Amino acid sequence: MKNRKERIDRGIKARSSDIFALLSWREMLYLAAPRVLPVVGCLVLPLVLGAYWQKVLLSVAVFALLAISWDILAQTGMVSLGQALFFGVGAYLSGVMNHYWGLNPLITIPIASVMGGLICTLLLLPVLRLRGIYFSMVTLIIPLILVRVVEATKIFGGTEGLSGMTPLPSKWIELYLVMAVLLTALFGFRRMMDSDYGLVLKGINDNDRSVINAGINIYWFKAQSLFIAGALGAFCGAFMTHVYMFVGMPVFALDYSILPIAAAIVGGPGTLAGATLGAFILVPLSEALRGFGGLRIVLYGAFLVIFIVALPEGIFHYLQRKYHQFERWTEVEK
Amino acid sequence: MLVGTTLYALINTAILALMAIGFNLTFGISGIANFAYGAFYVLAAYGIWGMLNLLHLNYLIAVFIAVLTNMILGALIYRFVLLRVRGQALSEVIATFGIGLAILELFSYFGWVGFEYTLPVFMDKSYIIAGTYVDFQRLAILGFSAILIFGLWWFTHHTATGLAFRGIAQDERTALTFGIDSDWIATLSVSFGAGVAAVAALFIIPLGSISPGEGYDVLIKALAVCIIGGLGSTGGVIAASFIVGFAERFTDTYIGSHWTMIVSLVAILVVLTIKPSGLFGKQKELEERI
Repeated sequence: MKNRKERIDRGIKARSSDIFALLSWREMLYLAAPRVLPVVGCLVLPLVLGAYWQKVLLSVAVFALLAISWDILAQTGMVSLGQALFFGVGAYLSGVMNHYWGLNPLITIPIASVMGGLICTLLLLPVLRLRGIYFSMVTLIIPLILVRVVEATKIFGGTEGLSGMTPLPSKWIELYLVMAVLLTALFGFRRMMDSDYGLVLKGINDNDRSVINAGINIYWFKAQSLFIAGALGAFCGAFMTHVYMFVGMPVFALDYSILPIAAAIVGGPGTLAGATLGAFILVPLSEALRGFGGLRIVLYGAFLVIFIVALPEGIFHYLQRKYHQFERWTEVEK
Repeated sequence: MLVGTTLYALINTAILALMAIGFNLTFGISGIANFAYGAFYVLAAYGIWGMLNLLHLNYLIAVFIAVLTNMILGALIYRFVLLRVRGQALSEVIATFGIGLAILELFSYFGWVGFEYTLPVFMDKSYIIAGTYVDFQRLAILGFSAILIFGLWWFTHHTATGLAFRGIAQDERTALTFGIDSDWIATLSVSFGAGVAAVAALFIIPLGSISPGEGYDVLIKALAVCIIGGLGSTGGVIAASFIVGFAERFTDTYIGSHWTMIVSLVAILVVLTIKPSGLFGKQKELEERI
């Protein structure tokens, strides 16, 4: 009896990398495992972690959402260097609604998400025609302007910020709300990017002029992509406002711009899953390194450079490739 | 008041031009937006400070070493990082931004912030010009900016290397057929840009103190001036320095110091929205917007 090695995915892949012919539960498991594991992980983790790491998990989820929002924009050909804009707008919106009008967090968060998406889209609408690094520069600058405007005009509490927000009813609602949003966003937007609609968005990134040639109004699609990313980012801001019970100038901080980019680059841009994976690696890592203080951002910077140069595809693409290269021993047929 | 403000606006213009010219040099030639520019500026400042106060070296030697170190570092970053992502503008931006971030945050980790962290002025003298106090350092900046800009113009128009610089900027492939090694020229451009950042720090830092935050400010100001003037155009840098320089000083005097940064940032936004190639930019329109 002779044995030979066989790639596990060989028999399953019928035609292309995403159409499968399944013959057994084992093959089903092989395909389902990488999709089910993160879902189960996200749902179980809040139960097993201690109070401190639950807080970390919250910020992991928030940064993962910001990274997903960055990735959606990047896949549409708009590389943002200022996710803090989305975050900050959402944070201030829900903060103001809660502080001045006393609205319930469960009302302010959805309203702030949608309104935040709209406001960010309107803010960036004049520069939708910009391409490449010119768009990036604008996104880098706008959060900086907003910080200075808040500082100069002293609106919304000025440098002090607004404090005393209503917290969410319980920490379990906090945790499972953000986990639910994360999982929905991750799988939902992955699905969206694979649909025809997503194809148009990716086309704008690959070659915008040929998408125009196909008779498609790319600005309308870019605006929609901005709205999606903006609303996602604004949700993060609005959510964190009620978690910290505070909103102020730090919401426009560099952290909220850099960490999502670092997460998406490290995890692997272009898949959304990579961005999430990156956040799940970088945020706990930076928590573990909290003792080093400011060195964390040094680390992000170094990660960015190393991954851009050495592993531009990111961890996720690498793992995905390796997963599909798993082999098993099978008998040689006589 | 008006005369004084105008004079200081003029000096502010010179400072801005000095900050922006190095960034502009790199971008104009190799098309690399060096987002680590502010970090180079701060790095040189701390380098000189350290050599003067910790190693007690001679001032001129310290300056020489700092400028040289910056140039070598710039070249190394190009060789080992940027060369691998050349042509992908966004990867270049993210990589240089990452480097800059790492350097600046490293310094803020050390916590070297305070009034003792500053560089010596060239001469402790001040003059009264048209009823306004002006110290020698500010006049030196005014003079040196003019010399530097003229020097760079002469370098890029009348030397073989300088002409090669412009050749790469205009059309890299055609330049290659003329035997110009584009990678070497691009290395030089990043290296020169870093060197100019060091020189700018040498002149400007004595007016204030060194802090990592300064690095971000310099980067933003360099970006503002270069974007408004048109990335890669020397005439544009001068014109934009005047616009931003005067606008900043006059808002500072007549409106309030909180608004100075907002003025330059809004100026960038307006210019990018209306004419992304800047006032004097000659970059290809389609590369910027459609």
